Amino acid sequence: MEIPKGFLGYKRENGRAGTRNHVIILPVDDISNACAEAVANNIKGTIALPHSYGRLQFGADLELHFRTMIGTGSNPNVAAVIVIGIEPKWTKRIVDGIAKTGKPVEGFHIERTGDIGTVMKASKKAQEFVMWASEKQREECPISDLWISVKCGESDTTSGLASNPTVGNLMDKLEPLGVHLCFGETSELTGAEKVCATRGATKEASDKFMKTWSAYNDFILKEATDDLSESQPTAGNIAGGLTTIEEKAFGNFQKIGDCKFIDVLEPAEEPKKGKGLYFMDTSSAAAECVTLQAAAGFNIHLFPTGQGNIVGNPIEPVVKLTANPLTVKSMGEHIDCDVSKILSREMNLSEAGDKLIETTLRVANGRLTCAEALGHKEFVMTKLYRSA
Amino acid sequence: MATDIIIHDKKDNVGVVVIEKITPKQDCKCWIMEDDSSTDIQSMDEIPLGHKIAMTDLKEGDTILKYGHDIGKVVKSIKKGEHVHVHNVKTKKW
Repeated sequence: MEIPKGFLGYKRENGRAGTRNHVIILPVDDISNACAEAVANNIKGTIALPHSYGRLQFGADLELHFRTMIGTGSNPNVAAVIVIGIEPKWTKRIVDGIAKTGKPVEGFHIERTGDIGTVMKASKKAQEFVMWASEKQREECPISDLWISVKCGESDTTSGLASNPTVGNLMDKLEPLGVHLCFGETSELTGAEKVCATRGATKEASDKFMKTWSAYNDFILKEATDDLSESQPTAGNIAGGLTTIEEKAFGNFQKIGDCKFIDVLEPAEEPKKGKGLYFMDTSSAAAECVTLQAAAGFNIHLFPTGQGNIVGNPIEPVVKLTANPLTVKSMGEHIDCDVSKILSREMNLSEAGDKLIETTLRVANGRLTCAEALGHKEFVMTKLYRSA
Repeated sequence: MATDIIIHDKKDNVGVVVIEKITPKQDCKCWIMEDDSSTDIQSMDEIPLGHKIAMTDLKEGDTILKYGHDIGKVVKSIKKGEHVHVHNVKTKKW
């Protein structure tokens, strides 16, 4: 298949391109959710991103909170942002961070105004933003403007046999065209960590990966009360035939094809070394992982599933694929790309990779994903430790 | 060509069922992805889609190989053609 040279995206002020054109209402903290949701209810075409944190956090955990907030607002799938927080200082820090992209952003704080006054002021600005954004047109963008993140979920053995290698095939075909790629799931590489480390493009990248994985493993060994067999693999994984974390990890690892990763990112850290594959230190919980990758600037997500994970994200479209024919049959409304014919050998991996590229580009051009049509907007902040 | 079981790597001692299920005493066609070769096996158990079958006799302490890599240890001996899963294989981590 000849791979299309570009897609129709929204060009942003900082030179990035979006696959979506959202106006978001971003609460700084848990207690500002009500205000943000009221504004999104008032002004049609905006979306609120409620979450559970943002108070009394400190140190690396607070930095991650800011990085996730600022990164989410800065994502090229977002046209404009309203930020609402209880206090002015942290609200302003997030507004200033997002403003560096050049996109419209305005902050409101609730103290000394109250919810009702804040909702009124923020709604007026949100209306202005959404009407401005509605005139943005899709334009031809080079395929290298795609930043593709990947994560698998509710995996079973069909993931490692077929749907994860399909993503790997797509990576092998798109990496030479200059796209940014990102995989994560530190915990679910356990058992394959030494093999994964050999896939660093440089010794520095390999060493950084092992350091990141070891820090995670030390934490598990410290906190685990049992052998983790209740959590990894999950009950869904086991029902699907996965027996051990090692088996899950080698299946997981098929997603990167033959690519080598050029750098290791902190959670929600924006890649800075140009095109190519990055590893990000993330949780393996689907919504947490996708939220971090979206905050790092990735504009389209590929999600292979076995037993049928249904996750979505409010700003980064999540394309689902599966090779499990039972999942296609029983919950087809969640599957954007069916590659189950690989198992019956009616389709080879390269054909499946081409089919996924075609689906990815259709979604980049604007086709809704199943998760978008079904209203999945899971926005889940990662919290590193308890608050002060 | 119909395939009942797919094996990732020639070194692997387990294969994955890729039809809805296989039944005891079923003669199964296996495809080895690595070199596009074929082999046969007779099953001993009913094994559902996605679950593993032992391609050889395995004794306690043996290593299970899949993708050509170590994915865990045998904790209860397994006969060729039997179902391989959490009842007879455990992780070597944790």
